[in-house]
Amino acid sequence: MRDLSAEGQGNPMNVTSMPEAPPQSTSSLLESIPLEVVSLAKVFGQVQAVDGISLTLRSGECLGLLGPNGAGKSTLIRSIVGRVIPDAGRISVFGSPANTSQARTALGWVPQELAVYPRLTCRENLAAFGRYHGLSGGKLAESVAWCLGWAALEDRADELAKNLSGGMKRRLNMAAGIIHRPRVVLMDEPTVGVDPQSRNRIFEMIGALRGEGAAIIYTTHYMEEAERLCDRVAIIDHGHIIAEGATEALIHDAFAQRSQVVAHFAGDPGVVSAWVEQHAGRLLDGAALFTIEDSTLIAGLLDDAARSGLKLLDVTLRRPNLESVFLHLTGRELRD
Amino acid sequence: MITSIVRTAIVSLRRDRAALALSFVLPIVFFSIFAAIFGGRHDSTSKINVILVDEDHSRASADLLRGLQREGSLAIRTRPSSKTKEPLPEYTAATAEAAVQAGDAPVAVIIPHGFGDNPISFGGNQNGAAIQLLNDSSDMIAPQMVAGLLQEAGMTSMPEVMAEKGMKYTDQYIGGFTPAQRKQMNDNLEKLRQREDQPAAAGSKPTKTGSGSGPIAVKARAVVGQNKRNPMISFYAAAIGVMFLLFTASGSAGALLDEAESGTLDRVLSSRVTMTTLMMGKLSFNTLLAFTQLVVMFLWAWAVFKLDLFTHIPGFVVMGLCTAFAVAAFGMLLASLCRTRAQLGSLSTILILTMSAVGGSMFPRYLMPEAMQKAGLWTINAWAIDGFTKVFWRDLPVQELWQQVSVLLAVGIVLFVIARRVARRWEFA
Repeated sequence: MRDLSAEGQGNPMNVTSMPEAPPQSTSSLLESIPLEVVSLAKVFGQVQAVDGISLTLRSGECLGLLGPNGAGKSTLIRSIVGRVIPDAGRISVFGSPANTSQARTALGWVPQELAVYPRLTCRENLAAFGRYHGLSGGKLAESVAWCLGWAALEDRADELAKNLSGGMKRRLNMAAGIIHRPRVVLMDEPTVGVDPQSRNRIFEMIGALRGEGAAIIYTTHYMEEAERLCDRVAIIDHGHIIAEGATEALIHDAFAQRSQVVAHFAGDPGVVSAWVEQHAGRLLDGAALFTIEDSTLIAGLLDDAARSGLKLLDVTLRRPNLESVFLHLTGRELRD
Repeated sequence: MITSIVRTAIVSLRRDRAALALSFVLPIVFFSIFAAIFGGRHDSTSKINVILVDEDHSRASADLLRGLQREGSLAIRTRPSSKTKEPLPEYTAATAEAAVQAGDAPVAVIIPHGFGDNPISFGGNQNGAAIQLLNDSSDMIAPQMVAGLLQEAGMTSMPEVMAEKGMKYTDQYIGGFTPAQRKQMNDNLEKLRQREDQPAAAGSKPTKTGSGSGPIAVKARAVVGQNKRNPMISFYAAAIGVMFLLFTASGSAGALLDEAESGTLDRVLSSRVTMTTLMMGKLSFNTLLAFTQLVVMFLWAWAVFKLDLFTHIPGFVVMGLCTAFAVAAFGMLLASLCRTRAQLGSLSTILILTMSAVGGSMFPRYLMPEAMQKAGLWTINAWAIDGFTKVFWRDLPVQELWQQVSVLLAVGIVLFVIARRVARRWEFA
């Protein structure tokens, strides 16, 4: 795999402004950009799945793609890998349009489904997908061996895929997506349904991949994963990117210096709910959430609760996190 | 509690259209097919094609020919059908035999020179020339029927010959007739001849009086399959083989549905593999699988039932590959039309069993009404069975398979092209 680690890894910047670079021609500039999506749009029937999304993925960067179910993440990813034909917009992978042979070679896709052949062994699965990507002979064997090691499946190489544990299947699924050693990897919720040990192993795999210089788009519903792995995060809702940037920047943009108070009260739920609403808070899983401009304001809030007859059980003052931003921007209504 | 379980099952069944079709449509379809074949209306039963060669050109042979032509269950041909207005020359004994060997008719009747001199043979035809009945032994029914109808036609269409022979025997063995008796009998014979010379009125067909060994001497000879050790084995190897090939091919093509459901298809199509490449790969595999299945079945028939496989290898390979290709394409089309495995299972069961019944995999097509025989030509089964019959039964060379090969290849190509078009739904969203 080409080492791209020196090409701007971990340098979060706004999507529309590229890093300062020596003057170069437009074509060579495009060829240096792993992935560029411009004004992408797609309608399915009456549903506008993607509505003018633009983003740029830089070399060695890990971009987190967050959004509620049905927000348009999967359509975006499937458009990039050529499985959806957009109605409008442009996608280029190192300067080549999506769905071209060059783009397919440069792209690796780890779908959310366990898209492997259950009756083939790990080694046979990897070899099959390697051949589909044009690998053969020694190069294929070398790549299969590397992927088995990367996914920590060497000792299960000759095990049928259907007999693997959930975590192993996930790792095999990931390995099958990068068997051709792509420079851009699209991962769609790769940690769904795995235990913490497997999840940590997957994080290590992603770290190793980034160490190899790959640029990654990482789709997840786990905010802590995005915070941990991604240099930048793009939050998508209703087919638009509604926020984009480094995690800290997003939190600052959404909450500035404000803090969150999380409190639990005993008593009549109706009374608690009315009091929380009166103080511009929200109830989440029985906890009352308030955003306050300054941490010193917490005392006044708690005094008022006591005066209103609410019995405080516990209280936490915390800095807003990515989940706070996500809920703040996308709202709390159920999407499906 | 039991009521709840029943209610749940009823609701589930009502929403499973595939199960409903299997439960109610398939039995009705099958009942209709079998009823049409075996319990059917008499007027729709197919006629037996008979080639008739009159080498004698005597009054007796003409009477016999006329009698056979009146038989509603026979279609008598004395010359090959011509595609132009110019009629082709009449069949000879040699061309009639060749026509039976080629499968143009299951039976040929040769009335030899001298038949008219002594057409009736009580207790064996010691003096006269026996009628030759050339038959294709793959059709076990037609020669039996024709032999019986020959006797019936002889008894009913040659009364004056019968009477004349009777008098001759009476005169020879009992004693001479008086001149008056002889005159009266000759007058009556003349009346009989005049009656026979009148055209047959509609509905005046003689009543059937039974058949079997009778006064007309017939020598039957199988000109196809006479040396076969086990006559029907090749037919059933092909007939059953094609039916199961169809099941295998549709089941194997169903892997596409599994892959679509699991997301593997999406992943494969995001690589360098295109939908056309993928489907051609699947088609090649399914063709090879079907051919291998045929090889195994025919090897088994050779080992256990003494099928003469190894002297027919070229024809077997050609027919086997063409059949395998057609059934593989059929399977691909079914798989691309269906949304789920369950849907594929039901649709393929209904279609394949129907095709197999109409196409001759369950019983020979010559037993079926003419309309159903024609309908059978819309099935892969019929063409495949015809081709294998040509190879193993008629011992015809490979070039004689051009019709079956052309049809099967064309069917395979057309079905695959349609399947490819239908599969566009998987290609892009």
